[in-house]
Amino acid sequence: MNDVTPTPRATEPVAAAAPPRPSLSELFVAYALISLYGFGGVLAWSRRMMVEERRWLTPEQFNEAYALCSFLPGPNIVNFSVIFGSRVRGPLGGLVALVGLLGPPMLLIVIIGALYAHYGDLPALRRALIGVTAAAAGLIMSTVAKMALPLFRNRAVGGPVIALATFGAIGIAQWPLPIVLVVVLPISLALAWVQR
Amino acid sequence: MKEMGGTLGTLAWFFALMSLFAIGGANSAVPEIHRFAVDVQHWMTDPQFSDIFGLAQLTPGPNVIVVTLIGYHVAGLAGALVATLTMCGPTCLLAFYVGRTFDRFRGASWRVALAGGLVPVTLGLTAASAVVVARAADDTWVAVGITVATALITYWIRVNPLWIFAVAALLGLSGVV
Repeated sequence: MNDVTPTPRATEPVAAAAPPRPSLSELFVAYALISLYGFGGVLAWSRRMMVEERRWLTPEQFNEAYALCSFLPGPNIVNFSVIFGSRVRGPLGGLVALVGLLGPPMLLIVIIGALYAHYGDLPALRRALIGVTAAAAGLIMSTVAKMALPLFRNRAVGGPVIALATFGAIGIAQWPLPIVLVVVLPISLALAWVQR
Repeated sequence: MKEMGGTLGTLAWFFALMSLFAIGGANSAVPEIHRFAVDVQHWMTDPQFSDIFGLAQLTPGPNVIVVTLIGYHVAGLAGALVATLTMCGPTCLLAFYVGRTFDRFRGASWRVALAGGLVPVTLGLTAASAVVVARAADDTWVAVGITVATALITYWIRVNPLWIFAVAALLGLSGVV
């Protein structure tokens, strides 16, 4: 419990390369862009912005924060914005990131909803949406593949096996999520504890 | 006036409760939201609910904003605000405190193990959700083609995915998909 000695296998660069620390306005703009680009889910766009474009987080740091947010109740990228914003700029940063992420789409959807109520042509929009949804599914796939790279590169076999087993059980065999989690999660945590 | 306050109050407690059910994303709570809004409260009909859900999918941004539109439908702008704030507020506060604790113990062995254990499971779950979305979306070979092409292009080439989405939307609009 009390050993906090740094292990030689550095899981994250401990202040090796200090990541650029975004200002409040940079935070707001980044999250507003993530939300406005975010057709078919905001995960892909958050990773693109945080890791690939702004380089505020390493791939490993992104995975950790995203994993934490996925197991907290509430929308995960909304949680992510609060956690990241407050990590770099305190509570105000969390609030600014949150408003950046939620403000623009809230405004948009109320306008779209009002327009639709007056001259709604949903069939045409639905047809367009079918195409966009198909593309969005592909974008999530490539995002997950990129996220999985560090796991397959520098960890023992445990991580990849757990990831593939979870994927197979839910994505292919379509077993119920709670049952899969009850089995897989303790094993994964125990493995990680042993390998920590 | 009293009626309105009652409606806003109902929106508030209901969505605050729903936020706790939304594990792994807002969409996990949609079936329960549907049951409550359509069957219990009769705020809207079934087709109206699917239209609202469709509009939310069409609007960029996190999936939670379906809640904004439900609130708007039920009680106007005040309803939109109340529904969104109560759906996100409590869980954001929780995320804030959990995130802070997590960061404070950076390097502690329980934290390393927790993160190391959660990450592979999360990646497996997210990959599975991609397949679920694809299965629902890809009714035709053209749609399958769009999914596969998008996955390959965005993995190998640093192109802005918006261009691909625009092409996919046009293909959908023209009825090819």
